[in-house]
Amino acid sequence: MSAVRQTWQVTLRGIRVFVRQPAYVALTLAQPLIWLLLFGALFRAITQIPGFHGGSYINFLTPGIVVMLAVSSAGWTGMGFIEDIAGGVMDRQLASPVWRGALNAGSVIYAAMVVALQTVLIVLLALVLGAHYVGGFGGVMLLILVAALLAAAFASLSNGVALLARQREALIGTVSFVILPLTFLSSALMAQNLVPAWIRTVARFNPVNWAVEAGRSAAMQHIDWGLVASRIGLLLALTLISATLATRAFARYQRSL
Amino acid sequence: MAEAILAAELRKSYPPGVQALDGLDLSIEAGTIFGLLGPNGAGKSTTVRVLSTLTRPDSGSARVAGIDVTADPVAVRRAIGVVGQKHGSAPEATGRENLVEQGEFYGVSGRELRRRVADSLERFGLGDAAERRAKTYSGGMLRRLDIAMGLLHRPAVLFLDEPTTGLDPEARADIWREIERLAGEEKMTILLTTHYMEEADRLASRLAIVDRGRVVAEGTPEELKSELRGDTIHIELAEGGRVDARETLAELAEVEEVSLAGTTLHARAANGGVAIPAVLAALDAAGVRARSVTLARPSLEEVYLRHAGRAFAQANSEHEEVAT
Repeated sequence: MSAVRQTWQVTLRGIRVFVRQPAYVALTLAQPLIWLLLFGALFRAITQIPGFHGGSYINFLTPGIVVMLAVSSAGWTGMGFIEDIAGGVMDRQLASPVWRGALNAGSVIYAAMVVALQTVLIVLLALVLGAHYVGGFGGVMLLILVAALLAAAFASLSNGVALLARQREALIGTVSFVILPLTFLSSALMAQNLVPAWIRTVARFNPVNWAVEAGRSAAMQHIDWGLVASRIGLLLALTLISATLATRAFARYQRSL
Repeated sequence: MAEAILAAELRKSYPPGVQALDGLDLSIEAGTIFGLLGPNGAGKSTTVRVLSTLTRPDSGSARVAGIDVTADPVAVRRAIGVVGQKHGSAPEATGRENLVEQGEFYGVSGRELRRRVADSLERFGLGDAAERRAKTYSGGMLRRLDIAMGLLHRPAVLFLDEPTTGLDPEARADIWREIERLAGEEKMTILLTTHYMEEADRLASRLAIVDRGRVVAEGTPEELKSELRGDTIHIELAEGGRVDARETLAELAEVEEVSLAGTTLHARAANGGVAIPAVLAALDAAGVRARSVTLARPSLEEVYLRHAGRAFAQANSEHEEVAT
């Protein structure tokens, strides 16, 4: 019970930063819209590639943009820890008996909430642009769930890297190194039957691709329950593993103090 | 009376080979303010980090409020309050929100938490600023908020790591009054680190001088000062490397002890005013030119000089050179 309240306090701290900085809110909400419009314009032609069976371009791209945004938004979560370390917030927290898991979980839940909000915006704009949600309301909810899970997993990993590296530069380097390859090694922007075989193979082990496949199947197609359930299961496992790793990283960080 | 803090043979090093603690021993009686005095990099903050369970020592043992810091760190955390050098409050949260968060971290909640938060906002003069974001606070207000947060769960032992560094004199006096009140009315044990002699002299009932990771002198401020038995004459020489100048003064009957650090001679004398003419005459006879002469009455700075062998300012600047 107190673990839940402690987690909520940390989430609340994130929400306060979010709502009390109007410029930050505006950018966070504008970003998904710009991405959808830009990528939509850029990739319109892929539907003309022979062998493309993804349906309308907006239908194909919407889940891809959602997932890309989830990764790149949540990937920077660790910056909050870096700031806490540079100020005195982290030391103050660690000198208290607060459950370490709450410090990570609280920030991860906040990151997932932001991504869920951004996903709702993308879904609505795509609807205006002519997307057809074959999976209906339930399918869209599953897409949001998948995006939030992926965001949670990457937010934990980002927090873990922040605790181990403690340097802004190291986190920026790691995050920017990881995000684009993971996106391009998935079917976010390109149909899997049109990419080289080795990319298809790698994509099977790529969490970003699990999220794209599950989200696309649930929201945009006649849902393949086996596929969606298995990918959600994998994402859930990844989220738990990365949260455990991030929580353990606090002890590593303290040893270096 | 029982010891609130007991540390034995604490050692800790940081890569690459910096020995932050080098066999540090401490024994602090419950209900007292204990000052840990030393230049930057002497090991004061590392001592606080080890005793407050933020980090572990490489070797040695410590008990705080009767609990072993390495065996049961969580129990120690419940018993202590920690106010670090940097501000611990979240800048985007208000004073009240910061206190509520801190309370929840220590398992205080509900009506009891709301009551304690309201009380401490009043007590620390933050009542009017309670709903303002911490980032709009002045340095003195942030410090008061830090201390309020450190006290919310009513700890038995409070760590204050350089609580007044960077504050203006008025805010500093404010914090001093609060610390004195805590020790007086609430019988709290307080471990205070500082590099201000004045602060240690005024607040601490006992203090330890720390240099290079170990305690080099310990006692009440008066004991430490009386140990000096006299004044110190500082002579700034016109040229360095005059070892003969030190030998010249060592032969004088009026002078008890001489040391040479760079271009400065430190001569100790029972009565400095009487010794100065003799000192100057002897230097003149030896052909040593003095740029300036100052006389210092017994002070903690002189105590530090005696035990650590170099002036505070010098040790601090040495540290800064290493840091840059």
